[in-house]
Amino acid sequence: MSKFEFPPAIKSRPVYGTLEARQGKHHLMIADAEGAEAILAIATPELMANTHIIYIPRGTDYAEKLRALNPAQFYEGPTYAASVTRIQRVLQDAHMGLQIYLAGTEGLMGQAQNEAMQAGFPFTAIQTEHRGSVARRMQCVHCKGITEDVETDPFVCSHCGLNLFVRDHYSRRLAAYQGVCIDAEDPGNVPPSKGIYE
Amino acid sequence: MTIQFNDETFRDDYTFRNSDWAIERFPFPFHEDSYMYAVNMEQHRGGPEGSVYEKRFDVDEHYVAEMRDRAMVLADDPLRCQSLPHMTLAGWDLLELIMVSKSEDYPDLFELHRDGDQWHWINKPMGIEQKFTFLDETTLPYGPMEYITRQTQGDFCVLDQREDNLWMDAGIVTTQADWSLDFDIGMNFFEWHAPVPLAHEKGIFVRALKFLLNIQQGAPARRLNWTMTVNPLLDTSPENYHKWGIQKTTLTPENIGEKQHLRVELQTFFRLPRSNALVFPIRCYLCSFQDLMTKPKWGRRLHRVVRDLPVELATYKGFIDNRPMMLDYLSQFDDGLPTSPGVFPDTETEPPLQK
Repeated sequence: MSKFEFPPAIKSRPVYGTLEARQGKHHLMIADAEGAEAILAIATPELMANTHIIYIPRGTDYAEKLRALNPAQFYEGPTYAASVTRIQRVLQDAHMGLQIYLAGTEGLMGQAQNEAMQAGFPFTAIQTEHRGSVARRMQCVHCKGITEDVETDPFVCSHCGLNLFVRDHYSRRLAAYQGVCIDAEDPGNVPPSKGIYE
Repeated sequence: MTIQFNDETFRDDYTFRNSDWAIERFPFPFHEDSYMYAVNMEQHRGGPEGSVYEKRFDVDEHYVAEMRDRAMVLADDPLRCQSLPHMTLAGWDLLELIMVSKSEDYPDLFELHRDGDQWHWINKPMGIEQKFTFLDETTLPYGPMEYITRQTQGDFCVLDQREDNLWMDAGIVTTQADWSLDFDIGMNFFEWHAPVPLAHEKGIFVRALKFLLNIQQGAPARRLNWTMTVNPLLDTSPENYHKWGIQKTTLTPENIGEKQHLRVELQTFFRLPRSNALVFPIRCYLCSFQDLMTKPKWGRRLHRVVRDLPVELATYKGFIDNRPMMLDYLSQFDDGLPTSPGVFPDTETEPPLQK
């Protein structure tokens, strides 16, 4: 089961939907891990004939199923960071009528959405569907470093080592949630970590 | 009047002090003996003589010291001042608004001489004289927003207006009540206010946005907001919270009158002419509890407001742990007598403390 029902949260927190095939001349689908399931759910031969899939498996085995959809272009990347220059290049060439579909983890969708926004796409025109891990991409408000795939609250900043609590406050520009020092007023008093949604 | 500028600090040894004049004109934010969120907007077209509401951009005895503190914050962290590329014109609008306002409102302190696009700006308190070409960035040492706001008290958010919303697309933020411009830049009105409790449910932000979208040129508005700060620390930033947060634990019954400060924001809103952006100055005033208690009305009222504030608000404003100690202190200044309506201290007419 890769669909997760996020609890209600504050208004800066992103809300994800369910992908649907839309009218378009070209289709760009970017996904990681279980995000492949969202693509498989809407794929038809007609849609795939004009679709470019950029996929990061992250240890899953969906890549062959996606390749078997026979999309117009298929790219499998080892990490998002390794794929990002390709994503930028594709967006640079995009024409009117391109549809963008993002699926998988919040970190993947947030970063790819940011690239699309920088290329001039309004974020409201980009479809998203969350699948798989509920880990968050976190920015430390103190040192500004990004820690990827944070699953617990609190956590230790991978850059400066401060103990940070996980806020729901989210920046589209940074594609990250905000982490704030949890023991500033009582140094060393850090509660035990638990899952973000526990 | 001629202002005597204080030589004082807002960090380390905290030599910041308010004169009797500054206490008398402090923008006490409570017009009655209780507090709840409200849009509480009014026109910003002057106010009582000598009050902080009188001028478009109030200049007071802390001006030079506050600007010194801002320069130190920016040297430590240049990300406190940012402007997205489409906001440069709004920066020029803001520079014009401030230079024109200050030179008209304080002709003994500031001068602006204009000959077409050749401008000559003189800031006497800071010893600055600058000739530049209006709308030519290469003729100023900083971008226009940063240039003028390094010479103007208060934080500045410059908001782009589009899609029936306001977008935090530029700003300089060094005297903030614990929010990060670097994180919030690019957000819309509802997003950057997302962490505020209770107010969304009360419809405050929907009504406030509707009001702000309709602000017209030449018809600025204002409101007050407030929080609490231990020590007169201007830069209560989230960026440095791991450094200053510990200061909240240094209050004792002996030092609370001196160390605990009521922090008030005079928020104003001006429409900018060329860009149609909205500038949102957030001017911070600090006053220690012991100075506030010299006004019997404010002593009575502050006790009642702090005592009755909902837990969510005391938590959000960051003083829930210190509230019991605050109440022990403030209750000494509340004799149960009624208070006169309105925010002003009414020093001449309010009775002295009856205990």
